Formats: sequence, structure tokens, C-alpha cells
Amino acid sequence: MTPRITFAVATRVLTQLRRDHRTLAMLLLLPCLLISLLWWMYEASDPAIFDRIGPALLAIFPVIVMFLVTSVTTLRERASGTLERLLSMPMGKLDFLVGYAIAFGLVAALQSVLAVSTSVGLLGLDVLGPVWLLTVVAVADAVLGTALGLFVSAFAQTEFQAVQFMPALLIPQLLLCGLFVPRSELPTFLEKVSDVLPLSYAVDAMQHLTTSASTADVWQDVAIVAGFALAGLALGAATLRRRTA
Amino acid sequence: MMKNAVEVRDLVVVRGGHEVLRNLDISIGGGVTGLLGPSGCGKSTLMRSLVGVQQLRAGTVTAFGLEAGSRPLRDRIGYVTQAASVYDDLTVAENLTFFARVLGVGRAEADASLEAVDLGQQREQVVGRLSGGQRSRVSLAVALLRKPDLLVLDEPTVGLDPVLRRDLWALFHRLADEGAAVFVSSHVMDEADRCDRLLLMRDGRIIADGSPSEIRQKTGADDIESAFLAIVEEDVA
Repeated sequence: MTPRITFAVATRVLTQLRRDHRTLAMLLLLPCLLISLLWWMYEASDPAIFDRIGPALLAIFPVIVMFLVTSVTTLRERASGTLERLLSMPMGKLDFLVGYAIAFGLVAALQSVLAVSTSVGLLGLDVLGPVWLLTVVAVADAVLGTALGLFVSAFAQTEFQAVQFMPALLIPQLLLCGLFVPRSELPTFLEKVSDVLPLSYAVDAMQHLTTSASTADVWQDVAIVAGFALAGLALGAATLRRRTA
Repeated sequence: MMKNAVEVRDLVVVRGGHEVLRNLDISIGGGVTGLLGPSGCGKSTLMRSLVGVQQLRAGTVTAFGLEAGSRPLRDRIGYVTQAASVYDDLTVAENLTFFARVLGVGRAEADASLEAVDLGQQREQVVGRLSGGQRSRVSLAVALLRKPDLLVLDEPTVGLDPVLRRDLWALFHRLADEGAAVFVSSHVMDEADRCDRLLLMRDGRIIADGSPSEIRQKTGADDIESAFLAIVEEDVA
């Protein structure tokens, strides 16, 4: 890995995003709008539900959004020949992967600052732990989404297929992450399954943060999410072949 | 004078269950070497093998004595794929800046590259809005960034204006005169005479190798297209 090249990739990805106003608006504003919608839904009937589900959503947005954006953009690099060209240059695979992770991690930080400000400042979400830690968790979640997206892009031949990986890989995690039924109340088998899914820890981290002032549990969850993200990047590097058939 | 830049020995490449390159033996030296043949004959696969992004079934490919694709070689080879491998959503200048950073060269080289392909005027334009010919010139500019010792160009002149085509060939010769080995593919036979040496390829094999005049003489044909036909017919008979 060469820092110069890693940062060149990150800067380039950010420049591309800056030129794409629509994607940028979707990345930054959509989470704020959706979380406001959730607040509005429960505002009259039972505001406590917003306090329960809101934090989970703050964890889920960065994973889903970064997964989609990364799998499609990486696939575009594979299809357009730019990846092949980069791999014929003195670029390490990790330069490519980490460059992407840094760029989308930064976007996620911005996204979460906006979503957290909206939730806490405007919609009155109760957070017992330190608010800044919400952003740290969101960045870890985004890097997880990026890593998973990089990994699956190796198994898709078209952008159409890449998008289909979202329901295949993320919806089961969404169902089992504790958003619908607390994980401890799931049937034993499903609880065990949810124990090995990364999104469970992403959501746990946010929930620990909002319900307790102690941060030890949160850091443990963040560490697990980061572990999954690193494993995803390693798998991504393994699927990134310099020589192809 | 440089000894052979590229040595290909007993190269076999299989793609999709089909033998695309069959026991190929090639040496490429200095000057401008043209690889001519119909589309689908294996030109791009051979070029991918030279830059080390193609999986090989058998055989060896070396450049300057090093295995194709090995780390120290990646600084020394400029490669232009058939599709313009640049970012459509960035401007010409942003593309060049990015690849220059990857290669560790400065702004001056980026500007010189753009001038060489005559895109100085378009530097602030987004690549996606350029014409096909302009896009492939951006791609070529990227390959020129680092004054490569070996330049591998996969059909770089397709669809270009004749004036520009002439200028680019002049550029290839200038680079060759400065010491680079230039390896250019084309499926347009009328570009043959612009090369110092020609390799005619068909169905994964090299069917003729020599200077354009040698090939014409050997077959008694007036132009390379007729020579190509004569060789193929002789082959079948």
C-alpha cells in the first residue's frame, strides 16, 4: 500500500461524487427525510416507538446506502476498463479498496452528522450517551457497507445484478437485527443467526448509546462492526484479481 | 539499441473454453510494431497478456527481462485498452491529475501529455460530453504520462479524423525515436504502412511477420489487405 495512491483514489471518488449532485443529495438529505417521516408516523400515537426505532435507522442508513453506492461504482470500474488500467499501474489492491473506504467513510460522517442533528436537535430523539459517538458508530457502519459492497461487486456481472444483492444480503440482516423483534426474544435458532450478522452489532451499538450513559458496550459493538468491515475488505482484496480470464 | 522489449514464448490463452491464442512466439523490439488482424482474432488478448492482466494457460511473457505484470514493470508500461478507460464523470484535467498521482508524476507531465494528444483546449470539459475520438485521446494521454518504455495501444486510432490519425502516428514514431517500444493494434489494414514492422494475426496465430514492404514483396501483393488474403488462401490450400 502507498499512502499517495490510496489518497489519490479517495480524492478522485470524492470529486466524482461532488460532480454528481443528485447522488450527493440522496446521500445526505434522504436519511434526514426518512427519519423525519418515522418521527411523524409515531408522533401522535406513541412517541416512545420513535425513541426505540430511530437509533436503529441511524445505523441502517449508512450500511444500505454505502453498500449500494459502492457495489455499483466498483462494478462500473470493472466494466469500463478503469480498474484493469489501474491494476496495470503500480497500484496495490488495498490502495483501491481503502481509498474507497476512506471516501465513503467521510461521506458517511457527513451524512450521520446531518441525520443525528435532525434526530436529536429537531425531532427530540433521546440520547443518554455522548452524541458525537453516534457519528463514530455511523462511520463504522458505513465502512462496513462499503466493504460488503466491494466484496459482492466481484460476484455481479452487471449493475442490475449488483443491486439485487441488496435484498439478498441486507434484508435478512434487517429483519433479524432487532428492529422488529428484540434479538433476545427471537426463536433460539434465529437469535444465534443474528449473533453472527454484522448489522445486529451496528444496531446494538446505536441502541446501547441511546439507552445508557456507559460507553463500554458501544465500543465493543463498534469493534465487532469494524472487525466485520476489515474481513469484508480482506475478502474484497482476495476477489480483486490482477489477472482475469 | 535496445534488445527485444517483449518476448512471448509458447503462449496459450483460453477464454470461455476457446483457445484464443495458440502457442504464440513473438519478439517485439524498438520502433513501431503494428498488430493487424480482423476483430476477434486475439489482438486484445495478446495485449492484455503483455501488460499482465490476462490469465495465461501456458507459456511465458516477459518485458525487459521481467515477468509481464510484475511490480517493477508496472511503472514502465503505458497501456490503452480498447474502451477509453477513463472516468466519464470527471473533467479531462481531473482524470489526468488522478492518474498522474497514481503514477507519482507531476502537473508538468500531465500538461505535456494533454498537449501531445492535442486536448489542451478541452481540459476543463467533462469526459462524458466529449466525442468518442476525444475520449480515446484522453485515454492515450494517460498512457503517455510516465514516458513509458513500452507503450501498448489497443486500437487507439479507431474512428478518428484522418488529420488527427496522422498526427498520432507521428507521435508514436516520435516516442519510438526517443527509445520506447510502441506496440499498436488495428483492424484497419490501411494503417499498416505506418508501422516499422507488422505482425499479421488471424485466429490466434501470427501468419506473417516483417516490414510492410517485405510482406508485400513476399506475397506479390500491392497492399497489405491483398497480402493478408493471399497468405490466408495459401494457408487453407
